[in-house]
Amino acid sequence: MTTDIAPVLADAHGRTTPTAPDRRNRFRRVLRPGAGRQHHAGPLAYILLGLAALVSLFPLYWTMVAASTDNTRVSQTPPPFLPGPNLFKNLATAWQDAALGKAMLNSLIVAGVIALSTVFFATLAGFAFAKLRFKGRNILLLLVIGTMLVPPQLGVVPLFMMMADLGWGQSLPSVIFPTLVSAVGVFFMRQYLTEALPDELIEAGRLDGAHSLRIFWSIVLPIARPPMAVLFMITFVHAWNDFFWPFIALDMTNPTVPVALTQLSAGYVRDQSVIMAGALLGTLPLLAMFLVFGRQIVGGIMQGAVKG
Amino acid sequence: MATSIDPRQSRRNILHRLDLGAVPYTFIAPFFLIFGAFGLYPLLYTFWISLHRVELSSLDTMEWRGLANFTELFEDDRFWNALSNTFTIGVISTVPQLLMALGLAHLLNYRLRGSVFFRVAVLTPYATSVAAAALVFTMLFERDFGMINWVLGFFGVDNLDWESQKWPAQFAISTIVIWRWTGYNALLYLAAMQAIPKDLYEAAAIDGASRWQQFRTVTVPGISATIVFTIVLSTIGATQLFGEPLIFGQGPNGISGGADNQYQTLGLLLYEEGWKNYQMGRASAIAWAMFLILILIFVLQRVLARVLSRTPRPVKAPRRARPSRTS
Repeated sequence: MTTDIAPVLADAHGRTTPTAPDRRNRFRRVLRPGAGRQHHAGPLAYILLGLAALVSLFPLYWTMVAASTDNTRVSQTPPPFLPGPNLFKNLATAWQDAALGKAMLNSLIVAGVIALSTVFFATLAGFAFAKLRFKGRNILLLLVIGTMLVPPQLGVVPLFMMMADLGWGQSLPSVIFPTLVSAVGVFFMRQYLTEALPDELIEAGRLDGAHSLRIFWSIVLPIARPPMAVLFMITFVHAWNDFFWPFIALDMTNPTVPVALTQLSAGYVRDQSVIMAGALLGTLPLLAMFLVFGRQIVGGIMQGAVKG
Repeated sequence: MATSIDPRQSRRNILHRLDLGAVPYTFIAPFFLIFGAFGLYPLLYTFWISLHRVELSSLDTMEWRGLANFTELFEDDRFWNALSNTFTIGVISTVPQLLMALGLAHLLNYRLRGSVFFRVAVLTPYATSVAAAALVFTMLFERDFGMINWVLGFFGVDNLDWESQKWPAQFAISTIVIWRWTGYNALLYLAAMQAIPKDLYEAAAIDGASRWQQFRTVTVPGISATIVFTIVLSTIGATQLFGEPLIFGQGPNGISGGADNQYQTLGLLLYEEGWKNYQMGRASAIAWAMFLILILIFVLQRVLARVLSRTPRPVKAPRRARPSRTS
């Protein structure tokens, strides 16, 4: 498994991210300006890419259109293609019917805590695997990577029983605790720190008498800030969208956004444009994040992806 | 390691050695502790539960059943139906997805105006949750007023009932998966493509290889590790498909995967047995069956890859002496 994943992550230095000094890449670029891409795109490439962008974005645009009309208009043929006047009315109805206010707060807490904790523990472990020497390092790293192959969902039955025993049934900790760490995150940080953190810097710190935790705090954390931000965003997206386990662990009185949205599909709400308003609301925070940080998220995924 | 042995510093040296020896383990401990408690332990415990009769209403009473849950499962038509649906939906969602991602990555790898826009645009579906995406596509695939049937009408296709027929339903569900993940996989491929040394292409071009030949003999072998990686991830995802069919079923039919179970996946069956029929032992047996199937797929994939790599390629890409970066 190492041999499969390692090159993916090690070789991926998208130009979009201002990452650490990768000497080999920079060298090549100096020698051969413009290296890395093969040909200029022709008109056909632009047409196909435009089509791909359209297919990717249209369902989202149409969600907005449908959410701004009313039920009769949305069920007519031809379907509406331009926004109507009812957007805010439908958003308000969806907000009430699916208890989206509480769901959004829950999702914010869940995704925020999980992302923070994943980033912190991943940086800690990633630093150890990248720069500290200890017995069994390679085997342990292999174990971390191996855990990526164990889908956590296969343990849902005992997990459900555990949460009941702990008294966390139907509450946010039951969703938060199982995902506090991520193997991909550890590996992601390790790959970055191996290249970006010069050994001399750590040695200099040691000569000054700094212990490992101090080195972590004052040397590693500042250097690791860019990949930490990326890992945070990617983990946040995943935690916000996670469905299977929250659907089982939470009920409708205390849902996350995806769980609350199922209420819209389950026939409690008949109004199609209200359903679309709910779908839009549930996606809006992440769309806003993509609008602002899209470039960074793309760069982060190209550096070494996370898939839930 | 510190080399100076100053007596005044001996106490500090002990601390220092302790620091070097023990701290790495404390740094990696949180990951292993949390994963062990909430990942590994439940997976193993699932097997123990699968040997028992446990009802959702009384989780503390476990009655030993041996392998009965498994034998009953293997005699149950619904299991084989769910397995076959999981397999077909998995294939029709994963294969086109990865092929399209490969093509998309190739296009994105051109010298391109507005490359950031295209990258962000194709990744946007990744920001939508299963729930939101499934809701939108359920409407687009609606029988009477859905946009897809409306467009198909121009080509003389009568309104298809996407939900109640097996293949249309599985196709529609796959569409949701493909829409959400194609851009993501394309970016993974793109990253790997950009790491392929440029001189390989130049050498191939000098040898007279066309663009298509370059793509086949330089690009695809160059990113083969990434391709394997995405196949593994997609397989895991496909085995556990749950939210898309659940929401696509809109209401009571969701969990059963349609009125005739025509798109019930293993994930849905697991949920139905555990949380609708209250049989946690049976649900655990399904979970372990899924796990075994995954292992089987990976072993098969390994064997297949080894067999394929032995057959010689028709056109060999010219190789330059260059330190290998894959280790």
